[in-house]
Amino acid sequence: MKKKALKAAFPYTIPIGIGFLFLGMSYGFMMQSKGFSVWYPFFMSMFIFAGSMEFVTANLLLSAFSPIAAFFLALVVNARHLFYGLSMLDKYKNTEWKKFYLIFGMCDESFTVNCTVTPPDDVDRGWFMFFVNLLNQIYWVLAATAGALLGYVIHFDTTGIEFVMTALFVVMFLNQWEEAKDHRPALTGLICSAVCLLLFGNNKFIVPAMILIILCFTAEHKYSKRPEVAAK
Amino acid sequence: MTMTTTQAVITIAAVVLGTMATRFIPFMIFPEGKNPPEFVQYLGTVLPYAAIGLLIIYCLKDVPSSSTHGLPEAIAIIFIVLLHKWKKSTLLSIGGGTILYMILVQTVFH
Repeated sequence: MKKKALKAAFPYTIPIGIGFLFLGMSYGFMMQSKGFSVWYPFFMSMFIFAGSMEFVTANLLLSAFSPIAAFFLALVVNARHLFYGLSMLDKYKNTEWKKFYLIFGMCDESFTVNCTVTPPDDVDRGWFMFFVNLLNQIYWVLAATAGALLGYVIHFDTTGIEFVMTALFVVMFLNQWEEAKDHRPALTGLICSAVCLLLFGNNKFIVPAMILIILCFTAEHKYSKRPEVAAK
Repeated sequence: MTMTTTQAVITIAAVVLGTMATRFIPFMIFPEGKNPPEFVQYLGTVLPYAAIGLLIIYCLKDVPSSSTHGLPEAIAIIFIVLLHKWKKSTLLSIGGGTILYMILVQTVFH
């Protein structure tokens, strides 16, 4: 049963593995170039396992010590997981002990596969989702560690390498833009955040931006009641 | 790094805690068989889009106060958009954009 699920899950993780290899190695390499030992990307990729937040944490570790701010920033940056969780409430039912790991390792990519792919009838869904998560996490941890190790061997001017994070989000934004019919949610996020950045400055804008975004969606939801859409 | 190892470990632990809170809270609030309210489900469909917009702005948060007026960032982002429209390859767009930016800040905007 396990072997079958692993075989069914593996092909879906190949493109993710290639992406993780590239991004994870850039992350590990960037950490090393900022002066962190290889253990940092190794443990951070294993325990945080949220790519964007790991890049952000590299910034945090280079700033003043402020664990409470770090906690809230993680909460806000990863708030999308709340909504992944809501979409997976049903799918994670009856997965026994695997449920803990399915929740722990619910990164964007694993969520995308587990949310959209229905495994063949003779494959156990719990184990299928478990292996999607596990394979993705193995790729990510290996790539981050390999990238950091590579940093010990290869030396070049790495100024500007942190832009890989910006590039990642811009491309994610473009991909979402392509697949969405309604562009208002994406624009709401962009515009509310930009306005708050100008109003509150670069250190204090994230929380106001998050509040403004929620307020916009609350208003939008109130004024365009479409009851039949609710049961999506 | 300016932090001590203990401070770094505490910071990483705080980030892990924050991240795990976002992953575990829905399953704790809505145990099996309980459905979230309609408004929460609506937020679930729109917030993932808004969050990426927020993250882009987070990456660009130091641009308003930068000495290059965001020019290298703007050039690299326009390049990414065009490259992505043309080739539609996620990795190529990220790699190409990052390399262009590194060249820009190391040479032209040095």
